[in-house]
Amino acid sequence: MAVTQLVGAKIHRREDPRLITGHGHYIDDFVRQGTAYAAFIRSPHAHARVKSIDVTDASKAPGVVGVYTARDFKGQLAGTHPAAPAFVAEKKYVPERFPIAEKEVCYQGEIVAAVLAETKGQAADAANMIQVEYEELPAVMDLEKALDPKSPKAHEGAADNVCWDLTYTPPDLTEAAFKEADVVVKQRILQNRLAPVPMEPRGVMAEYEGFDKKLTIWMSSQNPHFIRLFVSGSMGLKESQVRVISPDVGGGFGSKISPYPEDYLVPALSRLAERPVKWIETRTESIQNATHGRGQYYDVEVAAKKDGTLLAMRVTQFLDVGAYAGTFSAFQACACLMAGGAYKWKGISARTVGILTNRVPTDPYRGAGRPEATHLVERMVDLVAGELKMDPVEVRRKNFIQPGEFPFTQNFGLVVDSGDYEKALDVALKLVGYDDLRKKQAEGRKSGKYLGIGFSTWIELCGFGPSAATAPATGGIALVESAQVRVTPTGSVIVYTGTHAHGQGHETTFSQIVADQLGVPYENVELRHGDTAEGTAFGYGTYGSRSLAVGGVAISKAVGKVIDKGKKLAAHMLEAAEEDVVYEHGSFHVKGSPDKAKAFGEVAFASYGMNLPSGMEQGLEAVAYFDPPNLVWPFGTHIAVVEIDAETGNAQLVKYVAVDDCGNIINPLIVDGQIHGGVAQAIAQALYEEVVYDDDTGQLKTGTLLDYSIPGIGEIPAMILDHTVTPSPTNDLGVKGIGEAGTIAASAAVINAICDALSPLGIKHVDMPASPDKLWKQMKEARN
Amino acid sequence: MKQKVATTVNGRRHEHEVEPRLLLVHHLRDNLGLTGTHIGCDTSQCGACTILVDGKAVKSCTMFALQAEGKNLQTIEGLAKDGELHPIQQAFWDEHGLQCGYCTPGFIMASAYLLSQNPNPTEDEIRKGLEGNLCRCTGYVNIIKAVQSAAKTMSSPSAKKTTVAAGGN
Repeated sequence: MAVTQLVGAKIHRREDPRLITGHGHYIDDFVRQGTAYAAFIRSPHAHARVKSIDVTDASKAPGVVGVYTARDFKGQLAGTHPAAPAFVAEKKYVPERFPIAEKEVCYQGEIVAAVLAETKGQAADAANMIQVEYEELPAVMDLEKALDPKSPKAHEGAADNVCWDLTYTPPDLTEAAFKEADVVVKQRILQNRLAPVPMEPRGVMAEYEGFDKKLTIWMSSQNPHFIRLFVSGSMGLKESQVRVISPDVGGGFGSKISPYPEDYLVPALSRLAERPVKWIETRTESIQNATHGRGQYYDVEVAAKKDGTLLAMRVTQFLDVGAYAGTFSAFQACACLMAGGAYKWKGISARTVGILTNRVPTDPYRGAGRPEATHLVERMVDLVAGELKMDPVEVRRKNFIQPGEFPFTQNFGLVVDSGDYEKALDVALKLVGYDDLRKKQAEGRKSGKYLGIGFSTWIELCGFGPSAATAPATGGIALVESAQVRVTPTGSVIVYTGTHAHGQGHETTFSQIVADQLGVPYENVELRHGDTAEGTAFGYGTYGSRSLAVGGVAISKAVGKVIDKGKKLAAHMLEAAEEDVVYEHGSFHVKGSPDKAKAFGEVAFASYGMNLPSGMEQGLEAVAYFDPPNLVWPFGTHIAVVEIDAETGNAQLVKYVAVDDCGNIINPLIVDGQIHGGVAQAIAQALYEEVVYDDDTGQLKTGTLLDYSIPGIGEIPAMILDHTVTPSPTNDLGVKGIGEAGTIAASAAVINAICDALSPLGIKHVDMPASPDKLWKQMKEARN
Repeated sequence: MKQKVATTVNGRRHEHEVEPRLLLVHHLRDNLGLTGTHIGCDTSQCGACTILVDGKAVKSCTMFALQAEGKNLQTIEGLAKDGELHPIQQAFWDEHGLQCGYCTPGFIMASAYLLSQNPNPTEDEIRKGLEGNLCRCTGYVNIIKAVQSAAKTMSSPSAKKTTVAAGGN
């Protein structure tokens, strides 16, 4: 790419004027004439048989259009919920899941009936009049007990609760290394179940036009094309008959990737009722029904030499799948494949067990598997350091993959593209003032102060992804990305991307790339996404920090094709040979003769005229797909400094340093914003958040934002940010991903800092969320 | 039975017949078409629905529409004047104080109230003043910067006089 003005500059987001003035278009801002409002009746039990549903009173309630149960959707919706192979190709048991339950409900919140009414209020009133008779069944809530053959089953009649049990690499692989070890550390590490809580809950509006057999769906989604694929298939429609529009989306964090029951039911209700239907999720419905993240525990053992050399790791992931396999639940098993982190190991043996319970399904939540991997390896490295009484920094330095060793093939055969882990660590150490902090810590300990310094030298794999890896993982469709670039006769440029932004600022970042590459004014570039009726045949959505490294590169490729055609036409116009024409700063000119030139706009206009080279078609537009040769591997060092109140157990973050490397940076403003938000979500996991169900009944106890405490402005500290830049060799832009980095990095830094602070008490490990009551108890026990 | 409610919203008078149970936020969104005020939690934790009622920041999900009878309301749509952004809006834009933008109108309105009461807040006072609003994208870092920047702009002698509260009280 040429030397540029826009790429690398802090361009203010072009999304913002509409959003800061109240003129955004979120799903609940849309309404169609004649809309009926849907309300869903959901199981209050974690596990029960549905004995009967009495809709008599509800049907007669004011404004009611209709009341519907499972029977009414037979013939309307076919097939079951899709569960992709992801990182577990062979699953043992995937319970069938239909959008609406008929005989058995398996989590609290599962839909058993729907009401349509003229107003939202009438729908809610009528929903309360539906009488459902249940026979409660025992709920499977504990992961360990669930594996006992005598355990009740999450689904009646199932042989067991094992969704999958896959050994990637057997324990004997690491036997020799464990024998040669001077020290072995073992730890069980919990991953608290989290609710993604985008500030905008989900919502769906659908309009089926019977005479045209056309369905339009407006919804808050991270990947509208996949929704079109799934819903058209289920409703017996062609993809071409379905249009999915995902407008401004108020955050996703993974919870708006997979299809949900309502995504099928609302369109089906529109077809049944022959009118537009709208449903907007309440916050309680969201916490109860939107997929959760994490919800796992790990048994980990690490073998090391007494000089701090890491030898081998054994890791088993126990993952709460929930009541049904989420579409990408097995993606979270990548925690096993990433368990080695930034370090070199002789061997890693890994096994993942997916366990069915009577909770809402888990699925990717910001980071998905990679925060868990970072957390476990960074905790284990600190445990090794503690055991050997070494500085955790030194153990890290000793074991890093070195800059000269990239591309580096790690233990599971994945190829790490580029990195310089020590460089990021050094920058971070300087920023945090490490030596002074250790002195301050030693001083403070004399007077009983608990100051801790915690590290996370994290790495990530993202940018999904290469077709060879991703087509088998989805069951056929490669997660490449598409782009279309259209140049109008007056030279304005419209770019369509198959990714979807819900806060990431693609309209800005992608336009920066295009404007630079074409050498045209930024204002001349328009970026569109989120409507399956526009752009390419298929788009792949936004998740897994893929949009820039895959979608951005696809756009750049399409722009390249436009320039190539422009060169041919300009050569014709300039009466020069094509190979003599160069394109620079928005102008085609003959090599060595900058005066003999045609501006981009002139060529665009000419492309719609009559004087074209022989065989050339009119117009100036191109489609490109980018199939990346590898995933991309961001990395960095985060350092958290905490003070723990000796009396209350409250952990206060007093300093937070993040040095991240996402390759070349297009817009530093946006990159820093992504890190801020990602770090905040990981701090949230480390200190505050946990979805809690009653252990016996499976009742959700954290069903509102009063009980599920996402951190407020008082809880998140100021952050000191810096970057190193190690371009990815995987794509022409040299970019990696940054959407999930903060979330992948930060929980380990915070918990390591807490463990460091409490080490004088002999405390080696603390689980999340490290709430004051939990720390207070642990400190009290340690003191006794 | 529906009852009459008359309000002044962003300087314009409106009269509607509403159900007594209708929340003010629904009235603004569904009856007045002012969809910039958002709903994020239903239990008054998130502050996405914050507006100014007679100059004071109020979560509009905590009021019935009927309780707004005779009141002066200002929503996010009323903040920019004559096509010019309010300094707080400008500061949120300049400082990248928003990502998905869903919580943003509530934050901007809560900031407007905060700065009307305390034109030069410290970082701690900003954190205290905005504790009723939740954001899931920004980690609040740039929201704090935006409010600091807006405070600076609004208190500089060259700043144009901007009406923060529609009520002007």
